Amino acid sequence: MKCNLCEKKAVILNPSYCKEHFIDDFEKKVEETIKQFNLFNKNEKILVATSGGKDSLTVLHILKKLGYNVKGLLIDEGIKNYREYTIDDMNEFSKKYDIDFVIKSFEEEYSSTLDDITKKTTLNPCHICGIFRRQLLNKYSKEYDVIATGHNLDDEAQSILMNLLKSQTNLLSRLGPITGLKKDDKFTRRVKPLYLLSEKNIRLYTFLLGLKNTFTECPYSSSSFRNEISIMLNELENENQGTKSNIVNHFLKNQDKIKKIGEKEGSANLCYICNEPSSGKICNACNILKELKLI
Amino acid sequence: MEVLIEKENKKKNINFRGNVRELLEKLDINPETVIIISNDQVLTEDEKLEGDEKIKILSVVSGG
Ligand code: SF4
Ligand SMILES: [Zn+2]
Ligand SMILES: [Zn+2]
Repeated sequence: MKCNLCEKKAVILNPSYCKEHFIDDFEKKVEETIKQFNLFNKNEKILVATSGGKDSLTVLHILKKLGYNVKGLLIDEGIKNYREYTIDDMNEFSKKYDIDFVIKSFEEEYSSTLDDITKKTTLNPCHICGIFRRQLLNKYSKEYDVIATGHNLDDEAQSILMNLLKSQTNLLSRLGPITGLKKDDKFTRRVKPLYLLSEKNIRLYTFLLGLKNTFTECPYSSSSFRNEISIMLNELENENQGTKSNIVNHFLKNQDKIKKIGEKEGSANLCYICNEPSSGKICNACNILKELKLI
Repeated sequence: MEVLIEKENKKKNINFRGNVRELLEKLDINPETVIIISNDQVLTEDEKLEGDEKIKILSVVSGG
């Protein structure tokens, strides 16, 4: 099939676009997302939480291209046979596109890698990983106006469903294109420039631009509930194009009401151990560290 | 036809003629989860395959 806008061969269908027109359309959508939700402006300092994966590399690449002030932060959790490869990808990317980034590791911060920690506990690795990553992201984003993440349409639709199916109200505060807008200033604003872009289109974009050529997958990822939801959502999308967008659009329309449910739990104190924002006296990260006798 | 499935890091040789969508059906792969490459070119689901191509199936989902 041919591109809708020119004579060249399409690289994607519904709508059909050639390589150039797909890239153009993709970048425009990101720019529109930034404007539509008022994510940030050109005077603000943006820290991109990067994993060296396709989503965060795409965010870094497009924001830099659009002229925003960006820097990357990569958290090295200490996951063997995975993280070392994405750090390589990140180094290569950073040199090629002249984008600065820093690395902070669980090992230097908690004197223990995620691999070590998972051997000592029955807690889900992703649960620990997420909590610690969030703590470090908070800690190292103080001098920035905003944290941008690679969360995409798939991630968001998954989170919305997970929240419904398991009633995980702790996820509620993290839904939406822009979160952490607390008056008390304890949280740095978090934004998702790829909010309306599907995982498939992001992968296509990174392939066409050569941003990411290796396949990397965290060894812990298959065990997650999120993974099951992802498989189910892709089946629905295949039978019914637009399912993911519909879920997210429905959420956006009712965002204010839905997020109120989670607000009670999100009210911010400061953890008495690490002084980072927390819903209780002691934050989740410090709780786990105590349990593991790491503090 | 030689098919490389990135996610499984597996190469398969199969006899196949038809379009890309039918190939994915035969391999039991959801088109939403992959991108199909032949000769460094992206193929769309409607494209016909003659049977002598080398196909790469890239995974869209990257865990982590
Ligand atoms: S899959 Fe789980 S353990 Fe691996 S990086 Fe993601 S959250 Fe961390
Ligand atoms: Zn075109
Ligand atoms: Zn704490």
